[in-house]
Amino acid sequence: MTTQAPPLLRVNRVSKWFGEIVGCRNVSFDLHPGEILGVVGESGSGKTTLLRCLSGKLEPTSGGAEFLSKRHGPVDIFQLGEQDRRRLQREEWGFVHQNPRDGLRMRVSGGANVAEPLMNLGGRHYGQMRRATTDWLERVELDISRVDHKPRNFSGGMQQRIQIARNLIHQPRLVFMDEPTGGLDVSVQARLLDLLRELVRDLQLSAIIVTHDMGVARLMADRLLVMKNGDVVETGLTDQVLDDAQHPYTQLLVSSVLQL
Amino acid sequence: MSVQPTAQAELTAPLYNFAYLDEQTKRMIRRTILKAIAIPGYQVPFGSREMPVPYGWGTGGIQVTASIIGRSDVFKCIDQGADDTTNAVSIRRFFAKIAEVAVTESTAEATIIQTRHRIPEKDLQEGQVMVFQVPQPEPLRGLEPRETETRAMHAYEEYGLQYVSLYESVSAYRRIAATASYPVIVDERYLMSPSPIPKFDNPKLHMSPALMLFGAGREKRIYAVPPYTRVRSLDFEDYPFETQRWDDVCALCGAEESYLDEVVLDDQGNRMFVCSDSNHCGERRAEGHVGPMVDHALAGATS
Repeated sequence: MTTQAPPLLRVNRVSKWFGEIVGCRNVSFDLHPGEILGVVGESGSGKTTLLRCLSGKLEPTSGGAEFLSKRHGPVDIFQLGEQDRRRLQREEWGFVHQNPRDGLRMRVSGGANVAEPLMNLGGRHYGQMRRATTDWLERVELDISRVDHKPRNFSGGMQQRIQIARNLIHQPRLVFMDEPTGGLDVSVQARLLDLLRELVRDLQLSAIIVTHDMGVARLMADRLLVMKNGDVVETGLTDQVLDDAQHPYTQLLVSSVLQL
Repeated sequence: MSVQPTAQAELTAPLYNFAYLDEQTKRMIRRTILKAIAIPGYQVPFGSREMPVPYGWGTGGIQVTASIIGRSDVFKCIDQGADDTTNAVSIRRFFAKIAEVAVTESTAEATIIQTRHRIPEKDLQEGQVMVFQVPQPEPLRGLEPRETETRAMHAYEEYGLQYVSLYESVSAYRRIAATASYPVIVDERYLMSPSPIPKFDNPKLHMSPALMLFGAGREKRIYAVPPYTRVRSLDFEDYPFETQRWDDVCALCGAEESYLDEVVLDDQGNRMFVCSDSNHCGERRAEGHVGPMVDHALAGATS
C-alpha cells in the first residue's frame, strides 16, 4: 500500500439522520488507492446507510466525501450535479449488492448484464464486447457456454459471480460491496471470497466492503471500521482490530464468532 | 358552440363540438404538440382524455388528429398499411362525421394521415402530417420499468441500456432481430420509439418533408419528428441496421420495393405476398403494373 499517493476517497464527518433516527453519525476516514476497507457491525448499526451515502445513492444529512476522480479531479461527490454523479458511478465505480437480483437485470441474459457497463460507456462494437464478456465470465469461473442464459437459471453463487463481473468489466477504481457473500452457503462463500480477493489484488482496486461476518472482514479487508448505533467505535488495521480489540463492543463482536 | 357552420344546422345541432374534443382540450393538446415539435423526439406529457374507443384502438392518434384537423383538411387513415381494415374505416368515418372533412384513400391527396403500423410507400410531401397511434412511447420501458429512471436517462442522454436489447438480439439470433418499434435517435439527441411501424419504414422518418406526430393515449405522451430532421436507427458497428427484404414481388402489382404481407391461401402451403399499402398497390395496378397473381380475388378487394 502506498502512503505517498493521495487518498482516493476522503470522507469527512458524514452523518445521515432519518428524522429522529440516526443512520450514521460523523463518519470520517481516508481510503487509499488499492486499499480495501471493511465496515463491520451488527445489523442496524448504520453500515449499509454509510455505504449508500458514499456511493451517491443516498444524500447524507451533513458531511462531505471527496473522491479523486479521473474525469473531474478531486470532487465532493455530494456537491456534484446529478448528471456528473451518475457518470461517476457509471465510469469509475462499481456496486455489488447483497442480493444479485438488485444488481442484475433479471430479464436479460447474463452476458448482456456483464456487457451493459461497456455499452453505457459508449461501446458500440458487438464483437469486442462479446469477447470482453466471455473473458470476464472466465475470470469469475463461470461456464462460458451459458453466457446467454437468463440470470434466474443460475444458482445464487453464480448470479453473484455475474454481478461481480458486471461491476468489474469497466475497470472501476472503487467498488462498493454490500455483504457480497451474504446468503450463500459456506463452501460457495469461501470460493467467492477467494475469487474476489484475487480480482481485487490483480486489478489494484479500492473497495469498501460492508459485512457482518468477521471471517469475511479478516480475509478481505486491510483496515476495519467498527460501527455501533451509527457511530464508528473503533478503526485500525484488520489484524490489529481483530486480535487486539480495544472497544468493548469490538471485543464482543470478535468473541462472538463461533470457533469449531 | 360557435363552430357550427350554418344556421340551419342549429336545429339538428350535434351534441358534440367540432372534431369531438372541446376547444380547451384541443388547445392543451396543440400546446403539447408545439412543445413536442420544439424538442424533437422528446415525450411531452399531456392530459389524455377518455375517447369513445378503448385504449389500444388509437386514442392517442385520434386526439392528436382531432386537435389539428380543420375543415379544409383531407383525412386518410390506415391500419397495417390498408385503408379498408375495420379500424381504419371506423376512424375515417368518425372524422368524416364529427369534423365533416373530406376523406380519401389516396396518399397524395391527404393532408393528415393517421396510421397504425405503417408509413405509406409513396413519398410524403411538405405540408402533410402523419399521425401515429402509439401503444408504448417509452423505448426503454422493457429494460427499465421505473419511469423516474427512464426520465433521467433521457435527460442525461444515457442510452447505453437500449443497446442491451440489441446485444441480446445479436447473441440470440446472430443479427438484430427486432422488426418493429425499432428504436431511433432523433436529431442525434433523444431516443425515440417510432411506434410499431416495421423497421422497413424507419428510413422514411429520416429527413422527411412531412411532419410526424406521435400520440400515446393511455400513456399520456405526445412526441414529434419535425420536417427535415435526422433520424438514425440504432445499431452496432459490426451489425449495421438493415431493413426487411423479400424474395417475392407483390402478387398483384409486381412491386419489388414495397413492404409485403404474406397471405396464406389454403392448407396446401400456397401463399401470396401482397403490398401492405393497399393504396400504393391499387395505384400501381391502375397504372398497368401486373403481378404474377393479378387475377386473384384479393385484387378486387384491395382496389
